[in-house]
Amino acid sequence: MPNISEERSKPWRVELRQSMKVKERMAIPRVVMPSLDPVYRAQNNEEVNLGLTPELAVLEAKRCIDCPEPTCMTGCPVNIYIPQFIKQIEIGEFAEAAKTLKMTSALPAVCGRVCPQEKQCEAKCIHVRTGKDPVAIGHLERFAADYERESGNISVPEVAAPNGIKIAVVGSGPAGLSFAGDMVKFGYDVTVFEALHEIGGVLKYGIPEFRLPNDVIDVEINNLRDMGVKFMTNCIVGRTISMEDLKAEGYQGVFVGSGAGLPRFMNIKGENLVGIMSSNEYLTRVNLMDAANPESDTPVFKGKKVAVIGGGNTAMDSVRTALRLGAERAMIVYRRSEEEMPARIEEVHHAKEEGIIFMTLRNPIEFLGNEQGRVTHMIVQEMELGEPDASGRRSPVEKPGCTETIEVDEVIISVGVSPNPLIPRSVEGLQLTKWGTIVVDEETMQTDIPMIFAGGDIVRGGATVILAMGDGRKAAASMHEWLQGKSGVS
Amino acid sequence: MNKIISKEYFSDKVVRLEVEAPLIAKARKAGHFVIVRVGEKGERIPLTIADADVEKGTITLVVQMTGVSSTKLGKLEVGDSITDLVGPLGKATHIENFGTVVCACGGVGTAPMLPIVRALKKAGNKVITVLAARTKELIILEEQMRSLSDELIVMTDDGSYGNKGLVTNGVEKVLNREKVDLCVTIGPAIMMKFVSLLTKKYNIPTVASLNTIMVDGTGMCGACRVTVGGKVKFVCVDGPEFDAHQVDFDEMLMRLGGYKDFEREEMEKLSKLDKEG
Ligand SMILES: Cc1cc2nc3c(=O)[nH]c(=O)nc-3n(C[C@H](O)[C@H](O)[C@H](O)COP(=O)(O)OP(=O)(O)OC[C@H]3O[C@@H](n4cnc5c(N)ncnc54)[C@H](O)[C@@H]3O)c2cc1C
Ligand code: SF4
Ligand code: FES
Repeated sequence: MPNISEERSKPWRVELRQSMKVKERMAIPRVVMPSLDPVYRAQNNEEVNLGLTPELAVLEAKRCIDCPEPTCMTGCPVNIYIPQFIKQIEIGEFAEAAKTLKMTSALPAVCGRVCPQEKQCEAKCIHVRTGKDPVAIGHLERFAADYERESGNISVPEVAAPNGIKIAVVGSGPAGLSFAGDMVKFGYDVTVFEALHEIGGVLKYGIPEFRLPNDVIDVEINNLRDMGVKFMTNCIVGRTISMEDLKAEGYQGVFVGSGAGLPRFMNIKGENLVGIMSSNEYLTRVNLMDAANPESDTPVFKGKKVAVIGGGNTAMDSVRTALRLGAERAMIVYRRSEEEMPARIEEVHHAKEEGIIFMTLRNPIEFLGNEQGRVTHMIVQEMELGEPDASGRRSPVEKPGCTETIEVDEVIISVGVSPNPLIPRSVEGLQLTKWGTIVVDEETMQTDIPMIFAGGDIVRGGATVILAMGDGRKAAASMHEWLQGKSGVS
Repeated sequence: MNKIISKEYFSDKVVRLEVEAPLIAKARKAGHFVIVRVGEKGERIPLTIADADVEKGTITLVVQMTGVSSTKLGKLEVGDSITDLVGPLGKATHIENFGTVVCACGGVGTAPMLPIVRALKKAGNKVITVLAARTKELIILEEQMRSLSDELIVMTDDGSYGNKGLVTNGVEKVLNREKVDLCVTIGPAIMMKFVSLLTKKYNIPTVASLNTIMVDGTGMCGACRVTVGGKVKFVCVDGPEFDAHQVDFDEMLMRLGGYKDFEREEMEKLSKLDKEG
């Protein structure tokens, strides 16, 4: 791992800093990510953001003043060497920039696209303190990672000589994939077990193609395959095979990255009417089962007046999917105001450009249907913001007597997920929180059962890709240490 | 990929497939099901595991070709492979020696009833099976059911075979005749609803195995949700078997109707493909 101040003192960095005045750097306006025309893109599944050109990337990289104490890094959950990779972009060493990213991030092309940068690295950028737009760290990250992938010369990390020790990974989301990548590098014999028929977890079944193309993920998965990771789809740990089976087969460590798969509903009247479903169901039908494709056997409703309940990324993905499937009115119904929406700012911005209707400070209280049991209307309660709650967000309170009835023919419930209960239910002795997440040692990600480690959404509840990935890497490092201590593996 | 190693036609719409799946064969119990997908554009559909052979590493599925996906599956031949097969899913049937059990089945519920009848019998129960269909041609698995049950009552709506009447007439005859300790019912939701109403009148504990629409089968989507005793349950993880007297069948019927139009379109596509050969 590089020493930050040492790297910063290298002649090329010093020279580069001196090649342009700080004032000039700060005067460059933030790059605008080129994107598809909103009217055009609302009718297809093509990726909305087109990526920076090398010229735009170099110009944006110039905006970074290469701070002596880069605060942006403290905002990144995996502490990417941000100034270093940005300065490598500035001098045109794009492949080197990608290598820098990979020192700490297993999936930079993914994180560059889906991280909530405005709350993480970019929130801590020095420009923000001076009232300017932060350096577009996420766009640059995506640029370097895409450059490497598209060049076809992906640097396959060095893999240590095989040590023959079998390690099992439960779930193939970002937590499981990043864990598997690190363990195979240490020389372990790694097998990833996935319940679904596709590898990738939420990255595949949840996040739509227009935001995160499957190709991007498949390249990473193939990389892992090349490094020796084995994948077993259609295999549910706890059902198809038990933890005991794994132990009996000689697995010496298990990492659980089984995610937060259980959809929450609102428990209000009429919620089981036809045409009302969870965002998990809706997105799984469209993304995993390709239901919008006429060739596919899986059906999906193509509503004309679609309401999506919620304000997170999942809600934005669902409502924009509905638009792409032909909705005339695609609405977000959210009980707080836009400011409190947990979704990435860019997604909210894109959704608005595409013509999504935002009905904020509204909370559904009942759904009404016709004789066939199909949803036709929704009664919403108007809300106003009260005192901040435990999460620091101002909590919504009802405005007495103010309700409204809205016509709908499809409703997608996107009010959060709970931990997938399959593993907690099937493994005895695993300590759980009252929310059903698995308890781990925060430093090592080890559970109460020494051979079982866990990370990602199954530990945090619904969180983010970057945190899941960080957990996977942390768990790999500490499981490696634990196994070395146990059996003297080096 | 799971290879089909034997196939037998019970009728032109019902086939028995023996499929390689060693891990599932080892883990499964009566009442468990699997999710199957045929072809890269295939749908994920649930099917009850009818039987398993741990030594051979195979499971048996009885497929009734009623829709696009079950038809695609039923048309696979020995040596072909099922694209995806995952399980065992759901909760196993609670089996014990209850005494006398009436198993009421019809239509799509006949195949999944087979392993339950077998398990109940093995546990020492007296099993009376009521097998119902609209008409003679639609009666399936009669021989298998007869050999497993202490008594088999066949009902047809039009009286073309066995006794004339609905499944409920058959069940009621037994209830009037002798003491029954449990009723198990599997079939179209409307049939289960009426069996449940009948046994409620007679105060006979009743278990219904629900066949809702499913997508993942692992509790991830909520497509399979039903209301049982006023609470929302996921059939794939909390079921498929529930106390029939607590199930909101009207809601379930309504939800099952949701994708009817799609299914019709798909069947038309399929029959066109068939004709084109
Ligand atoms: C629609 C949507 C949009 C999102 N957008 C963003 C975003 O823009 N930015 C962001 O940072 N985060 C986003 N998130 C959240 C992010 O995707 C998750 O935090 C992250 O994927 C969690 O990773 P994970 O590896 O813990 O679990 P998952 O990605 O959920 O993967 C878990 C995998 O484990 C499998 N599994 C579960 N149980 C078993 C078992 N017993 N045996 C075998 N396999 C099992 C599951 O099938 C699944 O494939 C979004 C989530 C959704 C649903
Ligand atoms: S991984 Fe996320 S938080 Fe870290 S630098 Fe990249 S975009 Fe910022
Ligand atoms: S089938 Fe998806 S939750 Fe039951």
